[in-house]
Amino acid sequence: MSGRTSLRRVRDLGTARDGVHHWWVQRLTAVALVPLSIWFVTSIILLAGSDHARVTAWISNPIVAVFLMLTLIAMFYHLKLGLQVVIEDYIHAKPTKVACLLLNNFGNTVLALSCIFSVLKVAV
Amino acid sequence: MDPANRPLSPHLQIYRPQITSVLSIVHRISGAGLGLGSLVLAYWLISVAAGPEPFDFAQHLVGSPGGILLLIGWTFGLLFHFCNGIRHLFWDAGYGYELSTTYVSGWVVIVVSVALTVGIWLSVLIAKGTP
Repeated sequence: MSGRTSLRRVRDLGTARDGVHHWWVQRLTAVALVPLSIWFVTSIILLAGSDHARVTAWISNPIVAVFLMLTLIAMFYHLKLGLQVVIEDYIHAKPTKVACLLLNNFGNTVLALSCIFSVLKVAV
Repeated sequence: MDPANRPLSPHLQIYRPQITSVLSIVHRISGAGLGLGSLVLAYWLISVAAGPEPFDFAQHLVGSPGGILLLIGWTFGLLFHFCNGIRHLFWDAGYGYELSTTYVSGWVVIVVSVALTVGIWLSVLIAKGTP
């Protein structure tokens, strides 16, 4: 979905250029995370105190593995977008700001892929 | 006029804290706190993939008194961010802008997230026995 106005499309300029996309994907991931986080938190509560075999068996279920990866993708994307706004609002020195934005992007990508790889390694 | 001396609009030190502004900043703080929690989630998932011994060590850390305390904090952070996030989604859809409604929805968020945190941890600690 594009929330851009007609004038914006004609001028191909805007205050933040891709602000609507950022805003929209933040809401998209938020809506996805409503059912996903209920499922995830409930599962973790039920797994509390489990041994390695039981947790491995849980992740090995294909439906669980897919839903875990969906949760991780939505979560880390939502986290990346949220932290980006916090960095942009509070850090004004340009070199520090750019460094933090890079770290935010790289860090969340590394974490998300590490988590997804771990799920696949256990499940496949 | 000297830019350093130009008048400022009222800001944090001037305004009395209100439920609307307090919940707004707590939403940010809880989001950033959950970001820290994602490091622990990543560590835990990697430990599952690494095998029984790394997993047992991770479970030992997570189940320690300090680990439980952090988990309780993250449970509240997640439930608050979840409930207040739904409040934000209602605003995004165009509902709940009356001042009285924002106060009521704010208190609902506080009561529900605190009650769920207490309920979840009481049931977990009773079911599993204190570590």
